[in-house]
Amino acid sequence: MLGIAVVVSIKNITFYSEKAVALQLDALGANVLVLPKSVTLQDYYSADMQNDEFPEEYVLRLAMSDIQGLDNLSPKLSVPVKLSDRSFTLTGILPKSEFQAKAMWSGAGIFSRPAEGCGTVADVPGAFRPAAKETLVRQRVIEDLSDTEALIGADVAAILNVKEGEGLDVLGRKFSVTAVLPETGTVDDSRIFAHLHAVQELAGKGPVINAIEIVGCCKEISGGLVEKINKLLPDAKVVTVTQVVDTQVKTNGMMTQLSQIFLAIIVLVGGASIANYMYANVFERRREIGTLMALGAGSGLILRMFLLKALILGVAGGIAGYIVGTVLAVTLGPRLAGIVVVPMPMLLIWALGISVLIALIASYLPARRAARLDPCATLQEV
Amino acid sequence: MRFENVSKGYKHRGQLVTALDDASLEITPGDYVAIVGPSGSGKSTLLLMLGGMLSPSSGRVFLNGRSLYELSPNQRAEVRRQKVGFVFQTFNLVPYLTALENVQIPLYLAELSQVKQRERATGLLARVGLGDRLDHKPTELSVGQQQRVALARVLANDPEIILADEPTGNLDPETSAQILDLLDELNREGRTIVMVTHDPRAASRAKRTLTLKAGRISSTSN
Repeated sequence: MLGIAVVVSIKNITFYSEKAVALQLDALGANVLVLPKSVTLQDYYSADMQNDEFPEEYVLRLAMSDIQGLDNLSPKLSVPVKLSDRSFTLTGILPKSEFQAKAMWSGAGIFSRPAEGCGTVADVPGAFRPAAKETLVRQRVIEDLSDTEALIGADVAAILNVKEGEGLDVLGRKFSVTAVLPETGTVDDSRIFAHLHAVQELAGKGPVINAIEIVGCCKEISGGLVEKINKLLPDAKVVTVTQVVDTQVKTNGMMTQLSQIFLAIIVLVGGASIANYMYANVFERRREIGTLMALGAGSGLILRMFLLKALILGVAGGIAGYIVGTVLAVTLGPRLAGIVVVPMPMLLIWALGISVLIALIASYLPARRAARLDPCATLQEV
Repeated sequence: MRFENVSKGYKHRGQLVTALDDASLEITPGDYVAIVGPSGSGKSTLLLMLGGMLSPSSGRVFLNGRSLYELSPNQRAEVRRQKVGFVFQTFNLVPYLTALENVQIPLYLAELSQVKQRERATGLLARVGLGDRLDHKPTELSVGQQQRVALARVLANDPEIILADEPTGNLDPETSAQILDLLDELNREGRTIVMVTHDPRAASRAKRTLTLKAGRISSTSN
């Protein structure tokens, strides 16, 4: 019962902490980057610009693939621009509505792929929503953006003294600023985001990009997502924001290992103590067993009697373990992991299953021994 | 019931003890047999063998013409359920069950309905004079009452044969007499009774006495 309680509480806390970490990770933004071969992750984050590019068609290839765990593909092309003698970065991004259009046009609904809430943005069609500003920073994806619309970073807005709704001339085209992004303290603050195709046109570069940011699901990343993308795009380099992903994968792994260790302990210790108890019980009740046999009970009945007892013990242990474990998780979760833990009825089924199984297996030999007791020995020795 | 050249030996502290030595005997239906003899002479062994609970080292035991130990253990359990009733010196009541429930055990094993089980068990307890003690646990009953519950339990499956191992061994003379009266009555109903006893008064109730000495049987009529 105690073992079950411990595992139920670990599983319960782990489930919610994974969820919490996934949300945090989500807030951090992209965790997989597809870059040209020559570029390192460091280059990307420090300079955010490089001369190498790859075809925009790669995005579509990813979008059309059957790789699971790819959400919020965000292709980018960054070019340097000078505005009022200050250097900024003009970054072309592709709004989500264009993926949908392309995907539908190609007959493959990429957004109908199960996304399971990892890095997905609520799919509300239409123009900007109030939350859109936030989304670009967090989710790296924007719903809709026209050729003449731009989003600007907090530094850009401050330095150029531009507000939402005003116009901004960049490389000879007049953009209307639809949003000033909240300050992030990163290179994003000195960026001007515009439609990818507009940037390609203004930079005279043709249909190329220099990075694809992807919010991948951690589970899939650890499950070989990188290799799959590498295979699909052999000419590009796939990197993960390893630190973030690794930590999450490690924590998950540790928790899983911990519950597996506890599970092994329950199976061994719990099983052994149930078996021991049942052997003792059979020994104590040998006279009763002998009497029942003298009264005409067959060995099958004796076996069933003890297995029924094991079943009742297992059910009681499972339910009690679930209750104690859930109470532990709900009370300790906020204190230890700083997360809110809600009881999970699924774990009751799990607890019952494990507990009953252990009780039955551990009791089988003692029960069989009871059924094979020599009735005459049990009657004579008393 | 028939014993055909039955021998039974077992090892006790490394030494081979012969409980029965080439014993042959016949007990006809309706007989009332007392088995007497010194302690360790094999009396209880004989009784358990008659009940299909202990297989002989050699020889055969017949019940109604069938060789008991050529049946499977579960078939022997079936024979016990239908034909044999055991009475023990220590009563062997199940301590956590009431008098009524103890009597219900053989009826449960015979797969009678709950209602019928209760009905019949109540009737049997009334017959042994315990109609007002149905819901008492064994510990709440006197030893004499406990033995009467055990007798009611024996009667539950209406056995042809009653095997009693020192049924009065733990009882005072007055209660002993009551139990022996009850056994007499059961014998008059046509049931075969085989009783192991040390008590000469109990043995004198039987129609004949078998004396066991060093695994050998000798018979005397009473």
